[in-house]
Amino acid sequence: MAPNGSLHGTDIIAALKTARVGHVVAVPDITTSHGLLWPLSRDPDLKLIRLCKEDDGVSICAALAHTENRAVLLMQMTGFFDSINCIRAVACEYKQPVCMMIGLLGKTPDEKPSQSKAYGVRIVEPICDVMGIEHICLNDAADVARVPEAIDRAYASSRPLAVLFGQVIQP
Amino acid sequence: MMPRSECLKKIAELRGDAIVIPTYTTMCAWRVISPSPLNYVSLGAMGQASAHALGFALGLPDHKIIVLDGDGSLLMSLSSLVTVANAAPKNLVHFVVENGTYEANGSHPIPGKDKVSFAGLARAAGYARVYEFDGLNRFAAELPEVLSAQGPVFATLKVEADDEPEQDYVYMHHPDRRREFKEALRPFLAKRK
Repeated sequence: MAPNGSLHGTDIIAALKTARVGHVVAVPDITTSHGLLWPLSRDPDLKLIRLCKEDDGVSICAALAHTENRAVLLMQMTGFFDSINCIRAVACEYKQPVCMMIGLLGKTPDEKPSQSKAYGVRIVEPICDVMGIEHICLNDAADVARVPEAIDRAYASSRPLAVLFGQVIQP
Repeated sequence: MMPRSECLKKIAELRGDAIVIPTYTTMCAWRVISPSPLNYVSLGAMGQASAHALGFALGLPDHKIIVLDGDGSLLMSLSSLVTVANAAPKNLVHFVVENGTYEANGSHPIPGKDKVSFAGLARAAGYARVYEFDGLNRFAAELPEVLSAQGPVFATLKVEADDEPEQDYVYMHHPDRRREFKEALRPFLAKRK
């Protein structure tokens, strides 16, 4: 599975705007820091809420959804694991459109998450499956076009979404 | 120490159309003292009240948001104090109802009971205004200021249980709570547009 080009933060930011996302709630992650988090921190159209801990972001996104504001929670897979109880309760059981964008630390661009040598990478998709969370993995630039409709779907159905980054984001 | 129910009644008298986010045992008492669809009781996971409140405060910046946090709950997510202070919502009032116990889980003492200063933690985190109350008269006198001050405001309420509210978690988690809340929020969202 050779990736067809890099993932670029500019494309992802454009996709978020297409999906009418106005807030990004984030804990820094080295796989998205340079290419995505720093650029969006300077974007006047996106409000960045810097978190100390990822599970707070789940609740912030849910509350923002109640106020008809769209948000995404940007974090590393470690933050996803740390937030499982909150995701279980707020996003899954309460059926709230919590949209997560998750960096997969240790995944190489040419492998599927399920085939990664990194245990933490391998278990992300199975966890999403068992929790009933829709997930898409962005392997290359063309995949970014799937983001707006996935976010629209999450808000329309009031269900959580996990967007997985298949490689380090470039600016 | 203040009787919890009396303390909550003072807040209820002045809440107006504020969105109120109570936790656990306080939720059980609050829903009787101040029944309203603008009570957001659907927290789901312990320690998340302040994060929900921050989301509401940012999403509805002209609307008063009141959190009735628990001491055990806040201990579970102390870092949220820093997140809230950093986001600095002017419309957020964060009470912690401190009784020193995990009342909903067998009344075991919280770590740091009678030692930890929640007001001190909030002050150090960077809240704009911080209060601590252990007497009802002073609380009643200063509450209007607490509720109208530019936030984020934090206030510790040192209380003792003077009631045994029904622990109705079916009520709290029921989908009807979210539906009722959504309906109640609709006019305010429409006004914003």
